[in-house]
This record gives sequence, C-alpha cells and structure tokens, in this order.
Amino acid sequence: MAATGVDAPGRAAIGARTLRTDRWWLSPLTTFVVFSAFVVYATWRAFADKDYFVEPYLSPFYSPCLGDCVKGSADFGTPFGGFPLSAALIILIFPLGFRMSCYYYRKAYYRAFWLSPPACAVAEPHTKYTGETRLPLILNNLHRWFWYAAVVVALILTWDVLLSFQEADGGHVGLGTLVLLTNVVLIWLYTLSCHSCRHAVGGRLRHFSKHPVRYRMWTWVSRLNTRHSLYAWLSLFSVAIADLYIMLLANGTISEARFF
Amino acid sequence: MTYQLKMRVWRGDDSGGSLQDFAVEVSEGEVVLDAIHRLQATQAGDLAVRWNCKAGKCGSCSAEVNGKPRLMCMTRLSDFDPAETITVTPMRTFPVIRDLVTDVSFNYEKARELPGVELGPRDADGKRRMMQVDVERGQEFRKCIECFLCQNTCHVVRDHEENKPAFAGPRFFLRYAELDMHPLDTHDRRALAQDAAGIGMCNITKCCTEVCPENIKITDNAIIPMKERVADRKFDPLVWLGAKIGIRHKDDEGRTEM
Amino acid sequence: MSDRHPMTGNEMSGTAQGGLERHAYDVIVIGAGGSGLRAAIAAHEAGAKVGIVCKSLLGKAHTVMAEGGIAAAMGNRWPEDNWEVHFRDTMRGGKMLNNWRMAQLHAQEAPERVLELEDWGALFDRTEDGLISQRDFGGHKYARLAHVGDRTGLEMIRTLQQRTVQLGIDVFMECTVTDLLRADGAIAGAFGYWRETGRFVVFEAPAIVLATGGIGKSYKVTSNSWEYTGDGHALALRAGASLINMEFVQFHPTGMVWPPSVKGLLVTESVRGDGGILKNSEGKRFMFDYIPEFFKAETADTVEEADRWYDDKKNNRRPPELLPRDEVARAINSEIKAGRGSEHGGIYLDIASRRSPEFIRKRLPSMYHQFKELADVDITAEPMEIGPTCHYVMGGIEVDPDTELSAVRGLYAVGECSGGMHGSNRLGGNSLSDLLVFGRRAGEAAASYADGLGASRPAVAEADVQAASRAALAPFESEGGENPYTIQADLQQSMNDLVGIIRTAAELESSLAEIERFKERAAHMSVEGHRQYNPGWHLALDLKNMLLVSEAIAKAALARQESRGGHTRDDFPATDPEWGTKNLVVNLNAAGDGVDLAEKPLPVMPDELKRFFE
Repeated sequence: MAATGVDAPGRAAIGARTLRTDRWWLSPLTTFVVFSAFVVYATWRAFADKDYFVEPYLSPFYSPCLGDCVKGSADFGTPFGGFPLSAALIILIFPLGFRMSCYYYRKAYYRAFWLSPPACAVAEPHTKYTGETRLPLILNNLHRWFWYAAVVVALILTWDVLLSFQEADGGHVGLGTLVLLTNVVLIWLYTLSCHSCRHAVGGRLRHFSKHPVRYRMWTWVSRLNTRHSLYAWLSLFSVAIADLYIMLLANGTISEARFF
Repeated sequence: MTYQLKMRVWRGDDSGGSLQDFAVEVSEGEVVLDAIHRLQATQAGDLAVRWNCKAGKCGSCSAEVNGKPRLMCMTRLSDFDPAETITVTPMRTFPVIRDLVTDVSFNYEKARELPGVELGPRDADGKRRMMQVDVERGQEFRKCIECFLCQNTCHVVRDHEENKPAFAGPRFFLRYAELDMHPLDTHDRRALAQDAAGIGMCNITKCCTEVCPENIKITDNAIIPMKERVADRKFDPLVWLGAKIGIRHKDDEGRTEM
Repeated sequence: MSDRHPMTGNEMSGTAQGGLERHAYDVIVIGAGGSGLRAAIAAHEAGAKVGIVCKSLLGKAHTVMAEGGIAAAMGNRWPEDNWEVHFRDTMRGGKMLNNWRMAQLHAQEAPERVLELEDWGALFDRTEDGLISQRDFGGHKYARLAHVGDRTGLEMIRTLQQRTVQLGIDVFMECTVTDLLRADGAIAGAFGYWRETGRFVVFEAPAIVLATGGIGKSYKVTSNSWEYTGDGHALALRAGASLINMEFVQFHPTGMVWPPSVKGLLVTESVRGDGGILKNSEGKRFMFDYIPEFFKAETADTVEEADRWYDDKKNNRRPPELLPRDEVARAINSEIKAGRGSEHGGIYLDIASRRSPEFIRKRLPSMYHQFKELADVDITAEPMEIGPTCHYVMGGIEVDPDTELSAVRGLYAVGECSGGMHGSNRLGGNSLSDLLVFGRRAGEAAASYADGLGASRPAVAEADVQAASRAALAPFESEGGENPYTIQADLQQSMNDLVGIIRTAAELESSLAEIERFKERAAHMSVEGHRQYNPGWHLALDLKNMLLVSEAIAKAALARQESRGGHTRDDFPATDPEWGTKNLVVNLNAAGDGVDLAEKPLPVMPDELKRFFE
C-alpha cells in the first residue's frame, strides 16, 4: 500500500511522525486516564444496584429511579418495576448519550482514545478515516435529541436537590445536600452551555436584530459555551463525587455531616 | 543583544530533501522569518520561502516551526530558549515545491467549488440595510487571512491524502458558515456543505482553531453551528415534521437550496 | 491534451518550442490587488477574455495591508456630504496638483463602487440604521470612510477575489512579468516567468492593465511588502509610457519603530481618527505647534476644542492630529530631530489614556493584536512608539483620466502605479476608492479597445521573446559577482538617507551618483542555484526595476525646487505657486538605461469646479 498522510508522495520527505518538541502527549494521556477511571467507576456503580439511596439523597446515577428501586427512592413511580437488572441502566442512556454525542467529549475521546489525531500536527495511526459520515458515528448528529433529554434529567436532578433539603421531620442541610446542589449547578452549566442549546436558543437565526430576546439568550449561552469543556469536566467529577458520597453513606462507611 | 541561533531548515523538493543545520545571527525582537531572511541574504541565496507583508496580515509565510503550524512572521524568537535549535519545515499537508514553499492549489480548487454570495435586490434608495448584530458573526469569519494553517493541520487531509477530493476543510466551512449566516444571501448551501464539502468528515478535534493566527473560533463559531444547521435540515424530527405539514422556518425565507 | 499547471489549472503547452508556454487573452491584468481585480472583473463583465497575472498567491496583494477604510461620499453619517466636498478635500489634500478630472471622477463614482462590494458579499461595519458605517480620517471634512474594523483592505481584496473566482476569471499566480511586448508601438503581449518552475510564459494580448502597486521596497523603512518593487512603473517606462509626479512619496506619519524587525510596519490612521493623540518625550501634544496656514481655518487651535470635536463635530474644528499625512509626518520628523523623540527614536501615539480598553479592542482589533504579538505592547494600557514610514507613491504612469490609457496604445494603468489622481499627497482612504473607481474604468476601456481591434491584433515578435528571455536569464550568466540582496540593502539605505522625507539638493545629487554605482554593481551581480523557485533570481530581476524607479524619484525630487505635499526640500521650504502649475514627467532615456525629465503644464480646471476653492 502506498504511503499516505504526511508521507504521501509529493509532500516534503521529512519522515518523522511529528517534529513537535513540547509535551503534546500529556493532554490526551490525562484525558485517557481520567475518562477511563470514570468509565470503570460508573460501570461498576451502574451495575451494582445498591447503595444509591440514603434518605433524603438519591444518587444521580439512579435518578429518576424507575425500576425495582429501594424503598423511598422512586419519586416518579416504578413503571419498569419488573426490569431484572440495575435501575440505573434504564435511565443512564440519556446522560450517557448526551455526553457521548457532546461536541466537547467527541473532541476529547477522538483525540485521547481513538488518537484521531492524538494532538495537532501529530500523525494519527489509522490508514482510513471517514469521520462522522457513516454509522455509528453519524448518530452524533442526534446530539440535540439527547440535549432535550438532558434538560429533563437536569430538571429531575434539581427536584432531587429540593428533596434533599427536607426530611420527614422538616428542614435539613447536610454535606450531601451541598454535594448534590453543587452537582446540579454544574450539570445545568454543562447542559446550558451545550452547542446544540446555543444553536436552538438563537444560533440558528440569520437575523438576530429581528429577535432581540433570543439574541440576548444566545449571547448569554455563547458566553457559557466558551467554557463548555470546563463544565464537562467539573460536572463529570461532581456526579461521581455525589454518587460516591451517597454510596459511602449508604454502606455505612461514613456518616453524614449535618449543618442544619 | 544578538546571538547565534541554531536552526534546522528543511531543504529539498518533491524528489526528496532533508533537514539542514545552520547558525545565523539574530537580534532582540526578531521573528523566525527574520532569521530565514538572514539565511537567504548571507548563506543560502536560493532558499525558497513564500512571504509578503511580514505583519501577520497576508497569510503567506505559513510553515511548521518545531512541528507546529505557524506564521513565520508572527513567531517571535523570544518565545524560544536561545540555546534551543529551531526546526522549520514546509507545511506537511500540501505537495512541496521547494524548500519551505508548498503547492497550496488544493485550497484554490476548493474555493472554486463553493458558490458565492447572491444577494437579492437593493432597497428602494439604492442602498442595503443590515444591522451590526447580524453581520458580526460573518465579520469574525472574514478576518480569515487564508494562511491555510487550518487546512494544513486538519488531520482529515493531513493524514489521509485520499480524503482531499471529498473534503473542503476548515477554511471553507468558515466560508459556508459566513454565507449561511449572511442576512441577505438567497442561497441555502446546507446540502452542499454536507455532500460536496464533506463537513461530516470533520470530527471537531479543534486543531484548526488551535493554529488560527487570527484567533477565529473556527470550530465553536463556524463548524459546529454549520453542523447544527445541517442537522436542522436532515436530522431534526421537529423540523422534518414542520416541513411535512408546511411550516417553514421564517428566518430562512427567500432562500433556495443549491 | 496538454498538462495543466498545478497552481492555476491553466494549460501548459509543453510541446511548444523551447518549452515556452503561451496564452492568448483579450485583456491581461498584471497585479491582483484591489485595482487589478476590479479591472479584471470589469473587463470580464464587458465580455473580454481576461487573465490576471500576479507575483504572489491570489489574495495576498498589498491591498490586504490597508486598514482604515474606503473614502466615498455616501452621506450615511453626514447627509451634507457629497462628491463636491470629497472632490474639494482631495484636491486640497494633494495641494492642488491633482489631475482635476481624476479627482472629480473618483469622488463621483466611489459611492457606487463601495455599494457594489457589498453586493458581492463584503460585510462593512454598520450604522445604527443598518447602513454602511463611515469613519473620520485625516483631511476628510466629514466621516466618510467605509470600513470593517481596521482591516478594510482585507475585506476588499477578499470580496474582489471571491467575485473573481465566482466569475471564473483565469488567474496566473506566482507569475512575474518582466517585459511588455509591442508591435508598431502598440501592446502585443507580455513576457514573464513562473516563480515555481522558472519556466517562461508569453501572454498574447492587445490590452494590458498594469496594476502592480508601488515602489516602497526601494526604501529601508517602509510599510510595503517585498512585491512593491515598482514593476509597473518600470515596465511602462521601458514600453515607452511616461511617469508623472514621481518626486511625491508619501511617508505615513505612524509606522512602528520598535522592535527593529518590524520597523516601518503601518499603524493605522484610524488610531487618530478614533481619539489617539501624538505626544513628544516631554509629554506635550505638539501638533498644535504645526498647523499650517493652509488648514488654519478648519483646525482646532486649543486642546479643549480638539477634544470636543470627537463628540460634537458640527460646532468644533478638527484636531490637528488629523491634518493630512504629509503635515503630520513632517511635524513628527521635526520633533524627533529636535531631540524630543521617544526611547527608540519615534514619538508617542497615545490612545490608552483617552479611550477605554473595550473601545480600543473593538475599533482597532488588528492594531491591538499587532502590538501585542510583535512588540509586547498593550495599546490599551500604554502609548505606542511610532515614526514616519515610506508608505505610498503618488507618482506613477501618466494616464488619460477617463480611460486610464497610457501613452502606449493598449497599455492601461490603475491604482498606485498610476499617477495624477492624488497630486502631491494622498488622503487616507482615497487609495482604496481609487483602486475601485479607476480599476473599473480601465477594465472597461481595455475590453472595449480589444474588442474594437477585431482580427487585426498586434502580433508578438519572436525576436522580442528571445530578447526578453535572454534578459531574464542574464543574472545566471555571471559568476562570482555580488549577490542581489546586498545591493538591494544598500539601495534601500541610500534612498532612506538621501531621498527621504526631508530632502536637499546636495543629498539628492549624491543619491543620483550612488544609483549610478548601484546600476554598475547590478550589471555584474550573480545568483546561485537554479530557476525553480529561486528568490535570489527573482530579486535580481526586480532590482532592475527598483533602480530605474529610484532614479526617477531622485531626479524629479532634485528638479522640483519647492516644498509641496509629499516632497519637502530643506533648501526650498516654501510652496511656490509657479511650481503649482506644472507636473514633472519622466521618460526612459535614449540609451534605455536611465530616465529623462521634462516639465508639463497641469491640465486646467474648468470654472465650475474652480468655484469650490474660492
């Protein structure tokens, strides 16, 4: 097979895969390690089917709980009560699909996992490349569908936070409340800074001047959008931390620090 | 303050070449292009290099400095350690002509494939009216100086020669986005962007944005919005349904699909 | 089928004798800046088969460097603005030495040319009503410059480039014309080489439009790019056309002075239009000391009035920083000479203390970028150091005002390489409009001339092609000679020192003597390597043009014993009304190795235009 890419005939015969002298591999490596760790943790937790609820906290991995849920955790009924596996598996497709098709995460995993490319001006190892023109990657164009779902998920998580402010005997603020609150704020920031959201609120318009309100919203989302990757990372951490905290409470490893 | 700068410069043509070592005197405040010019004037009179304005405005002196796509006139020597050897090669995505000069005709061919702007008639007084907020997005894209560093760094063609016929590249997605956001243009190029320009090949890994010397947010402000606009047409159930029952997005009125 | 050239898709006639490539067109445009592209579009729309030949890639021409705007009396900001006011400003800015007819056509047609750009996709900054915004500039009575931030030239060239591509006009990129070919005194074609391969190419065309730009590369401190070697000026001289007004070279008052590698790089006049002021090392706003009698009536004489003007233009006069460029450049030069210069030999241009950082970044984005990246200076926080830089040559090929036809049949000239329009000093913003107005006129005239010839076109003589080819290869002939870079560097230094912003007879005479010595050295220079993309060889060929043009400037400057506009004589500091009635005309001498000079009376302005100046 003829050489392709930077070694293709006609191009300057330089030979090296890259001449970059900086630590270009650091960023994709970090992404790879952190994302892998999250995937391992999230898979374990999603299949665990336990330690996801401690009154009044419900782990975001299991919210809304629609399957065979532990007592008190199902705020929206259990329409999938007969589902034999973990209840998390019923709903995780939505946040997972949202993140998998997210424009930022796509960049991150294409670079860190698929090495396509690992970094700018560093040759990728693949001999063929078709991008997002065919299945399954063409499905990434459905990002906006997942965004609609993600808004619903964020609303439910907000509800969970409101619930975490109360107990049977009245008001309550514990460390868990703050963890869930922080998480939901970051989830909202991530969801609202989404590129599809930016498009939907106003980006699709050709005449901002005729839609002043949508233009204002677009301006606002655009500002958030510049930090979309930051929110993607922070909300990834916060969701794992929220789940971890609730798991540790539920299995009795730690006990709640209560402020009020 | 002057010092001897160690440089490795790729010299050769399409039949082959190599990195050659030079030492050249440089002084405070100089850029890589100054060093290359001094090489030309004192040691290698026939060293081929393309440049024009030397002010970051024309986008001619694109090359790769220590493996990174850069404009040589905007790469200051003070960003490097004086002891460091600076490696300069031609752009690696385009066929080399000689030394640091490459054949960038790929980009001019792609420009020809893109249908230009087509506005409707002027207002009654012979002028046109467009509001500043409506032209601002397009103005960002029109800052493009056509240095083609984004085209050079894009792995879709850099690493896959065979993709060149089907892929227009970031510079032209920028142009598609500019025209699609033009308040008075009468063409709808979304189908073209997907089919002829191959916007689906882009996996938004953002290297075009990273190397843009004009700091145009190519990915966030042009490519992704353009992908979303293509999705409006093809992948959005609500838009599809609306079109079926005769509801058209008012903002697109007066445009015909190319 | 012959193979196609990889850069342009044009056919290469590889089977032709000697590997020479030939192309036939109705109109060939040399130069792909604003005027060349506009001419090509006009000729194409008039039905001609057009080819554009340019030294660089398409879209890289010097027009991209233009920052401020396009002067056109559209009246979007000031309804009272019209072509008559613009005409008056232009003539006064040129110290009445302009070709009145060109100035009139320019002022009348510029608005429509700007609107045309908008039709073709240009996105200008807008007024609150959605019209094209117009900004203030030196010498213009009203805010008149259509602009896009401070990158108007880029917008213009990209728009014209995209239009050219849309129309399918052939472009020969990185192709340099070295000779014009004639038959019986009329244009028959052009001879050039591909930079990429070094192969020769002949364009057979009865009409040629020169749009090659300026001569700034003959100076050391210049805002011009390498291309500005006076090719069009020299080609026209050698083809038998004449140049006028060559003594008038505009030194832009504000070029960067530090770091050395960017010395001369332009700092747009918009900095002053948007509120920037000039200060010397003592912190004094010195321009109030340099208001000439000619502009006293319309210039503010107190700081208070000047500062009020930015907000209330109706009731106040303009700040002296916005005097025409020649006045400001001379003032800066005097301050520096008097020892009140800045650390690196310039003076201070301060907008940081007068406008908010947001305002500066929004209105002057590329200036912000340029200083930040190249000089590590944040112009929103500290003043810029600036000084005069060679920017523009008012002089150029003498043409008919209506058709841009030179003295040679079939040879047209537009833009900076043509002369007359700007008189002794060009107003900022008038160059971009000049390119559009006369580009279109020349394109149409050239197309109509070519069409009118029918089948009886002048034929390219084979002997001329042979001679042109020998001349182009001459630098390879001699060995062990000097390299062209050294001679160019010496020429630039000499022109800077002796034919600069302030001139004296003694210096001009010694400059002419030096030019003779440079010619001698150039005759024996040698280049290394082969013909494929060889910058040394390219420079050797350009150097010939630079020498010829430099001689024209120095000779004309020596002859004009007065100070006017872009020509300041220390030994004749006054403006002499007698000199105000004549142009200096330059022609190639009989031996073909230098230039001769003659005086020519200025065309007389009709009475209905004279009334604007009473």
